Amino acid sequence: MAKVTVAEEWLNSCSGCEIAILNIGDVLVDLLVNNLDFVHIPVIMDHKYYGQTGEGTEMNIPEAVVGIVSGSVRNEEHVAIAKEMRKKCQILIALGTCATDGGIPALINMYTNDELNQFVYKDSPTTDAGEPPTKNIPALLDKCYALDEIVDVDIYLPGCPPHPDWITAAVLALLDGKTEFAMPEKSVCDTCPTIKKGKKGLPDIKRMLETPEFDPDKPIDDMRCLLEQGFLCMGPVTRAGCGGKSGKPRCISARMPCRGCYGPIRKGAKPIVDYMGALASNGFDASTVPDRRGYMARFCGAHNMLKKLG
Amino acid sequence: MGKILNIAPVSRIEGHASVTIQLDDNGNVEDARLHVLSLRGFEKFVVGRPIEEVCRIVNRICGICPWQHHLASNKAADECLGVTLPPTGRKLRELCQMLAYIPDKILHFYFLAAPDFVLGPDADYSVRNVVGIVGAAPDLAKKVVHMRYKSQMMLEKFAGKVIHPMAAVVGGFSKPMLEEERKELLEGIKEFKDFAMFTMKFAREDVFPKYLDAVQTLGVFPSGYIGTVDSDGALQLYDGKLRLMDANGKYDDFKYNEYQDYIGEHIEDWSYLKFPYAKKWGNLKLDENDPVGVYRSNCLARINVCDKMATPLAQEELEIFRKSFGRPAHQTLLYNWARLIELVYCAERAEELLNDPEITGRDIRAKNIEPKAGEGVGCVEAPRGTLIHHYKTDENGMCTMANLIVGTTHNNAAMNLSVKQAAKAVIKNGVYDQGILNRIEMAVRAYDP
Repeated sequence: MAKVTVAEEWLNSCSGCEIAILNIGDVLVDLLVNNLDFVHIPVIMDHKYYGQTGEGTEMNIPEAVVGIVSGSVRNEEHVAIAKEMRKKCQILIALGTCATDGGIPALINMYTNDELNQFVYKDSPTTDAGEPPTKNIPALLDKCYALDEIVDVDIYLPGCPPHPDWITAAVLALLDGKTEFAMPEKSVCDTCPTIKKGKKGLPDIKRMLETPEFDPDKPIDDMRCLLEQGFLCMGPVTRAGCGGKSGKPRCISARMPCRGCYGPIRKGAKPIVDYMGALASNGFDASTVPDRRGYMARFCGAHNMLKKLG
Repeated sequence: MGKILNIAPVSRIEGHASVTIQLDDNGNVEDARLHVLSLRGFEKFVVGRPIEEVCRIVNRICGICPWQHHLASNKAADECLGVTLPPTGRKLRELCQMLAYIPDKILHFYFLAAPDFVLGPDADYSVRNVVGIVGAAPDLAKKVVHMRYKSQMMLEKFAGKVIHPMAAVVGGFSKPMLEEERKELLEGIKEFKDFAMFTMKFAREDVFPKYLDAVQTLGVFPSGYIGTVDSDGALQLYDGKLRLMDANGKYDDFKYNEYQDYIGEHIEDWSYLKFPYAKKWGNLKLDENDPVGVYRSNCLARINVCDKMATPLAQEELEIFRKSFGRPAHQTLLYNWARLIELVYCAERAEELLNDPEITGRDIRAKNIEPKAGEGVGCVEAPRGTLIHHYKTDENGMCTMANLIVGTTHNNAAMNLSVKQAAKAVIKNGVYDQGILNRIEMAVRAYDP
């Protein structure tokens, strides 16, 4: 099998996606030696945009068959990198929920840049107040965007972080000559083994200041559905896959409710609307939920899902 | 005015930065700066969220140290709501932090820093990376990839998620540890203790000695240091008091909630990242020959501020280190050495915790936690340094203010001085190439996780 060239970039991100790539595990060494030829990947490799001695004037990323981009798009340099990656890569993968749906950093879309700057550079209790910086740094965009709001994306691998199973599956599909790969459109609930008893006599909505009921000596198959216990769990409106190809939902395995880190089940879904519907149809009073948007669009604030209100 | 060199991106670091080097007409360095290019705004967008949810948001500050942010956030939230943890809940948190440290240290030493030391700073960029290490030392590379992976999976299996965790909760921990989980982890951690000692010896005997002249010249300048110690002055990572030491080794110890008396943040108009400085030493002065207010965090800082290590093998290593380099040691590249002393400590401390009968206790979380107005400062030591999470809540337990000073931020001033010092040391009369410029990046890399 010929080696496939790969370029990787991270934008408005935390590096968790890159750590998830490393978590492919022992196969990684074989892939690196036999199958993948990285031409640009800042986290582990020293290829530079403006030449190795920094004298160039135009950003240059080498051509590659596969391009992988993690992170959302938040400043002018991110836009330039996204466009250069699109130009140089035949197949572009949006890796992680920041790239696919905005992710956690898109929570900023509930605020303006002025409000952000006001706290960080003026009101913060430890800061000697001053003006927001502007020199030799890329300007912020008006808000936080998903990658496909800036350039066309071929393959979506959401997750915060994406499970290594899906990264491996996508890479193997591409090595096999395929140009497409898609994760199944199922909900977390579809893959969750907790016990669902139905709608009767459901308790009030609870915050995670309380602890769910479970027997620690028994697996989660023996635990009642956390939503039915009254804890907000985003499972009904969140794409499955966090446990990998066959594993159980990961947060629920630690007896914690889902917060939606794989984003909406399918492109174009509206988790806030769908979840309010799900709560109502389960007999919950949705008006008692504090910070609804912060729960229900926590990971998908791009695509105009979260906006400054009023 | 001469040329400007724009090194972008700074690579093999966890994050987004560039370096600009301003040369004068003779090709000597006039100025050099490290620019941090991104501002995500966590301090702003956690406001309005329920305080118990913030720990599941701020873990996304960093994909390498999500556990440390998760824990610092929980500690601040515990204080906002006036909650006291049962001992088992506290120990489970600390254990997870120790387990989370191990892959960080392996990742940094072998994947990010080692290419410079094993392949050499002048190796071509196409091989000066972990793939090059695989080529140069395939058996070691396989072992390293396997051990890093194994350490990640040990924690993931117990706590559900290793990257961006949720298992710590306000008041304690979400699930108890079963006896079979404890046994399995203990078995695993013994292997990591051996691997930590192997790595420590390999680095101390075979790797670092070759680069002692680089250690003595690249990014060396006197500064202060911050870290966490317990009441005996021993290095701590999960809990203790903060210690801020000046360049001569004199120090103040203070409680988390006194941090504002000691730390201020300064703005420069060329980096999104602010510049924390030690308030009591005067106004920040970014002069590598005469810095004022500059202190550093991360492993070298912790090793400098502590009086001792709380575990025996790490203590032996500290003594070897101090004999060679004194206290405080100001050589930036010694971060790589200090990092491995901490790796030994983390493995030893994890083993201690796993041998503690309380670790499998069932009382893991405080009861009757109510939302209320409050204020809390939670700190832990992350790979890159002290995390300070300071929150306020309203009567509904919603976050109304968040001030965060995190690992890399503490080092912003110091990284800039290291870059300037290194650039001036290696670029002379217009002579530079990719290997020379890489030495400047090595001074940045040293501060990484």
